[in-house]
Amino acid sequence: MSGPLIVGVLVAAGVFLLLRPGQLRLVLGFVLLGHAVNVLLLAAGGLHRREPPADGGGSESADPLPQAFILTAIVITFGITVYLLRLLRRASRRGSRPPETWDGGPR
Amino acid sequence: MSVLLIVPLVGPLLAAAVLLALPGRLVLRRVVALLATAAVIAVGVVLLLATCDGEVPVLRVGDWPPVVAITLAADPLSALLVTVSATVVLACLVAAAGTGDDRRQAFLPLTMVLSAGAYGAYLTTDLFNLFVLVEVMLVPSYVLLALSGGPGRAGAGRVYVATSLLGSTILLAGVGLLYGVTGTVGLADLAGMAREVPAAAVAGGVVLLAFALKGALVPLHDWLPRAYPVASPVVVALFSGLLTKVGLYAIIRIYAVLYGGDPAYHPLLVAVALASMVIGVLGAIGVGSMRKVLAFHMVSQIGYVLLGLALFTAASLAAAIFYLAQYVLVKAALFLCAAVVRATRGTDRLSRLGGLASSNPLLALAFGVAALSLAGLPPFGGFLAKFLVLRAANEVGDWFVLMVAVLVSLVTLLSMLKIWGIAFWGEVPRAARERTARPGLALLGPPLALGGCALLLGPLGGPLLQVADAAAAGLLEPAGYVRAVSGR
Repeated sequence: MSGPLIVGVLVAAGVFLLLRPGQLRLVLGFVLLGHAVNVLLLAAGGLHRREPPADGGGSESADPLPQAFILTAIVITFGITVYLLRLLRRASRRGSRPPETWDGGPR
Repeated sequence: MSVLLIVPLVGPLLAAAVLLALPGRLVLRRVVALLATAAVIAVGVVLLLATCDGEVPVLRVGDWPPVVAITLAADPLSALLVTVSATVVLACLVAAAGTGDDRRQAFLPLTMVLSAGAYGAYLTTDLFNLFVLVEVMLVPSYVLLALSGGPGRAGAGRVYVATSLLGSTILLAGVGLLYGVTGTVGLADLAGMAREVPAAAVAGGVVLLAFALKGALVPLHDWLPRAYPVASPVVVALFSGLLTKVGLYAIIRIYAVLYGGDPAYHPLLVAVALASMVIGVLGAIGVGSMRKVLAFHMVSQIGYVLLGLALFTAASLAAAIFYLAQYVLVKAALFLCAAVVRATRGTDRLSRLGGLASSNPLLALAFGVAALSLAGLPPFGGFLAKFLVLRAANEVGDWFVLMVAVLVSLVTLLSMLKIWGIAFWGEVPRAARERTARPGLALLGPPLALGGCALLLGPLGGPLLQVADAAAAGLLEPAGYVRAVSGR
């Protein structure tokens, strides 16, 4: 039961931040959405306690595949988040304050 | 044979590494990038010839068992798309040497990584690897857009990164849901699953939604005309040949394999296809630069391909694949024409252009051929492609679809005539008289060559049509592909 709840709360918070004006909120929103998807991937492999998969296995060993998915996804999301923050910083260093809307147009 | 499958993925990545080790040696760098791309084209042609005989080369990297191996496989559709995309990359590399885009240190390595991701996405057999390779392709594109962009690039870059990131998040969620429901992400194991397990159909729908966003289908198209036209025309040509087409390829593949072309979804797909065609072409009317007009036409043309997929008969699938291949070439030709215009006149805003036909007849020839092919006039390849789609629609007996498709091509023609009338005829603007530069062969060659392809595909389109027929047969009956990939 905890899995869907965590995903739901994270998605709600992420979407709320995405819909607010401001670049930094956009970045944070995507970070939260990324976490939500990671929990979802973990839940896809089952959340109950099992034996480690590398330990010779047995019938009740955990599924290693979703964990490999999550590791890959974390790396990718991290890289893109850093790039987004860099774009934000460049916009703010140009003397002007960071744009309020995400495409720089009027609000 | 199957060892060759690794070349499109690893070749450009190795080339990117070599390029990073050679700062400043511009000529050598160009040669490395061109050689890597030419190797991919050669491999693509070899794969194409092999797959058309019904063979499905499969490579399990490192000989791991099928469940854990990274599996690459080629059928006629993926081989064709690898070949066509690599051709566009080659043309863009040559044009970039002409415009000087590749003088930036990062341009060539980024292009190599981007193309490797695209080829890999066509060849992978696993939805999670598809996600990873799409990211490999998208990350360089963020940087290319930000580096090559003109005014407004910061805003456009943010729209582009945010949209792509949203798409990737949805895609990953869809892949996770699909894994949770079916316990696999291999395309071969998922074959026909959506017809048996309703939950798998829903999860697959989330994946398709993500690819619809990446492929810029209406109503998820709005980011494309905002983001693309800011980049330099060569970069837009590259994007148009690779990025949205991977989204479209994924939709075709997933709908054919996972859903088995389930007719229950045909009305939805037809509606999206028609909306894309109409809204894209109408959007192109109101904008004022060559790149923007062409970007809206991307949305519209994608609709035709989707229409072929939506009808899901052998004829309509072959038509869609033929359409996709010729359209990628034609669109790249048009964007590279815009690159020539921008390199010689310093702008591609229609209000500041004029008299290009007299000052540059070869460019006018390339643009004219590509534009008429895009609008679908005989004897060009675009006519054959549109004719095939319309004939497939006629066989199904859908008159409304026929009418809309014909009207949209008429408006496409009008829109191309508008560019022609303003930019190619008309007075040479006074500001342009002093600063008009002569374009070199590197600039004019690629659009002329691609325009020549568009011309030849009309009367000599038979071989491509055979490939498209073979690819359509593979999509209608994925059993051979599934058997080869799953190794059973």
